[in-house]
Amino acid sequence: MSDYNFAYLDEQTKRMIRRAILKGLAVPGYQVPFASREMPMPYGWGTGGVQVSAATLTPEDRFKVIDQGADDTTNAVSIRKFFERTAGVEVTEETSAATIIQTRHRIPEAGLSEDQILVYQVPIPEPLRFLEPRETETRKMHSLEEYGLMHVKLYEDISQHGAIATAYAYPVKVEGRYVMDPSPIPKFDNPKLADCPAIQLFGAGREQRIYALPPYTDVVSLDFEDHPFEASKADHSCDLCGALDSYLDEVITDDRGGRMFVCSDTDYCRTRQAKGHIGAQLAAKKEGAA
Amino acid sequence: MTPLLQVRGITKFYGARLGCRDVGFDLYPGEVMGIVGESGSGKTTLLGCLAGQIAPDAGEVLFDTRADGPRDTLTMSEPERRMLSRTDWAFVHQHARDGLRMGVSAGGNVGERLMAVGARHYGEIRGQAADWLGRVEIPDDRIDDRPTAFSGGMQQRLQIARNLVTGPRLVFMDEPTGGLDVSVQARLLDLLRGLVREMGLSAIIVTHDLAVVRLLADRLMVMKDGHVVESGLTDQVLDDPQHGYTQLLVSSVLQV
Repeated sequence: MSDYNFAYLDEQTKRMIRRAILKGLAVPGYQVPFASREMPMPYGWGTGGVQVSAATLTPEDRFKVIDQGADDTTNAVSIRKFFERTAGVEVTEETSAATIIQTRHRIPEAGLSEDQILVYQVPIPEPLRFLEPRETETRKMHSLEEYGLMHVKLYEDISQHGAIATAYAYPVKVEGRYVMDPSPIPKFDNPKLADCPAIQLFGAGREQRIYALPPYTDVVSLDFEDHPFEASKADHSCDLCGALDSYLDEVITDDRGGRMFVCSDTDYCRTRQAKGHIGAQLAAKKEGAA
Repeated sequence: MTPLLQVRGITKFYGARLGCRDVGFDLYPGEVMGIVGESGSGKTTLLGCLAGQIAPDAGEVLFDTRADGPRDTLTMSEPERRMLSRTDWAFVHQHARDGLRMGVSAGGNVGERLMAVGARHYGEIRGQAADWLGRVEIPDDRIDDRPTAFSGGMQQRLQIARNLVTGPRLVFMDEPTGGLDVSVQARLLDLLRGLVREMGLSAIIVTHDLAVVRLLADRLMVMKDGHVVESGLTDQVLDDPQHGYTQLLVSSVLQV
């Protein structure tokens, strides 16, 4: 162990955050203000998520961090190391083995279970912010359920692009009441928010808001009757593991137009490859080597 | 017949300074009421009190709601009042910028009120928006343009379309023709007059332009220093003003 208090934050702060989390769980989708602390990392690097994780971690937990689906990017590695050092908890890259998963911009492809908690990092928790800059007004709109404006944004999308072009941070309605920003996850992930067995917690450090979805919550993506919501992804299969059902990143491999599509969820891709699934480009490469 | 709006003893102070005092009148369905007076006479304060935007210190505003008949809008809960203000009421601001969302296309601006009351069919919303843009003489091909690209007169017409799309029964207008040049004013007035007649709207128009009330209003109230000094039929008040201030007002109009 180190000289840090368990999971970096002091006990009173964790208590304050837990209270906000409990309130958030009691009122799904409602943004609970909390006294966000300075963390030893810049805003935008997941200070909200880190504080929520710190308040939920116990010494027995196994912790996983993903950034855009990957376990091995800077943000994921540094946050994982942070809690390894300050909380001394076990860490893992395996989705099914983790009890707490902090995530940025993705929901894991593998299904979650009832004994897991998913912690999201949220840059801007207010879904109405870009339409209505005044916080006093957006709060009033939430409390009076005045959400017509949210559809104005979708209307603008269709009138300009012919379809709802919002591809990430796609607004949802929770339990028929609060409109919520699901953090910048691709809209491909939106259906996974609904009816999820795991607890989902959202932390916005700079904006000092926490909100939550208890297990098995009803979450509906907003849309029009004649332009229904569509969970979109690149029309391709993973070039490494051949998966057709996972969200893909497009990777440019050279400056002559070479590119490949790979699962953004690295753990999912690795697990599939270990089971013997293989994608088009990896297969071609292996043949070339042999 | 039940008056659409019954106003009783509206009084508003800003600290020690008087906004308006003890104003009362009845407005019947289909009637247009003009409120004139010089700057600082309390007419905008009064309009704000009637439209639920300013809380008066005393008085009551009874609106004939569709469901429950006359109800005091000042003691209503805020959700009810805001519901009224986006269904049965409309508010046309002097500056179109105050009443429009400048970052949203013309179609979106008109559609907002429809979506606010639950419309969720894109094609229908767009159809109604296009229909209303036509009614206020904005060409079809401007439906996806932002109001920032519109002239002052077009912005004002767009604001009117945005307000009338949900078929309100009572329209509040604050200097609807202020800041527009005379030819544009004339067309806007023509349009307003047509819409008021066609839809059987009741309206309360605050202005300092006597020509506007002469054209639009059935009845007229003259305000000075927060008080109503004279009221009556528009033509009667303008042709035969009784109060000294009204006489001054009428005689101050420049004759071309």
